[in-house]
Amino acid sequence: MEPVLDQSIVGLTSATEEFEVERGAIRRFAAAIGDPNPLYADVAHARACGYADLLAPPTFPTTFRVALPIALDASHTLHGEQEYRYARPIIAGDVIQCASTIRSVHEREGTLGKMTIIVAETTGMDRSGQPVFTGSSTIIVH
Amino acid sequence: MPSIDWARVEIGQELPPRQHPAITKQQLVMYAGASGDFNLIHTDVETARAAGLTGTIAHGMLSMGFLAQYAGELAGDHGFVQRLKVRFSGMVFPGDVLTCRAQLLARDAHQHTVTVQLWAEREPDHPLTTGEAVVLLREMP
Repeated sequence: MEPVLDQSIVGLTSATEEFEVERGAIRRFAAAIGDPNPLYADVAHARACGYADLLAPPTFPTTFRVALPIALDASHTLHGEQEYRYARPIIAGDVIQCASTIRSVHEREGTLGKMTIIVAETTGMDRSGQPVFTGSSTIIVH
Repeated sequence: MPSIDWARVEIGQELPPRQHPAITKQQLVMYAGASGDFNLIHTDVETARAAGLTGTIAHGMLSMGFLAQYAGELAGDHGFVQRLKVRFSGMVFPGDVLTCRAQLLARDAHQHTVTVQLWAEREPDHPLTTGEAVVLLREMP
């Protein structure tokens, strides 16, 4: 069955999932990008710069794979835009609680025919309820 | 990247570019594993061809990672990337050599931030991933 992608999905929110930020995961993520920044690999350097532990690279929240509150067929979706806003750096040892919400849906005629543009927002909070980051993904369904 | 003397950078001025080594298929497997994005169009040629592509394509988020690397270098050891937004406009393939470029859009002496436009390109003047970052600097001139 085709998923219903109309205004009725705006405001739908996923269940909250918890993610532990591990040193090894940060190092492997930075290594995959090829980013040699020592803040992401060298604990002593990060501490000398005033941080409690390794920093995570800015795009690290992509590793928090929160399920969308709607089902989409991956073979008909494209990632159009991505934005992250950070309240503070993400540090190894953080436990981040994430949930994603559908913010908007609209249709557009494009090179692939009729497309549906969905904006999903993911929020990440620490265990004390303080915001850590907000991610906004623009997903094109064709 | 040498540290930038922001007092000497004019609005609209380009900052030093950074060229990345050619993207390899191994890197895409590593990125799939590290990011958790297991969509096979990035790692399996058969799947990519079945989707109408000529071969595997790089994760858009890898290009965003390159731009984030640039923004992180601007932030330095004591700054902080507060915001990063990108648009994926062109496909990136294994073997591509991407160059990240940036130019100063604005500076805010009160907030101690600079806003830069960032883009990644394979050929000059054909940006494949374009974006904007707001970087908090430790101290402003």
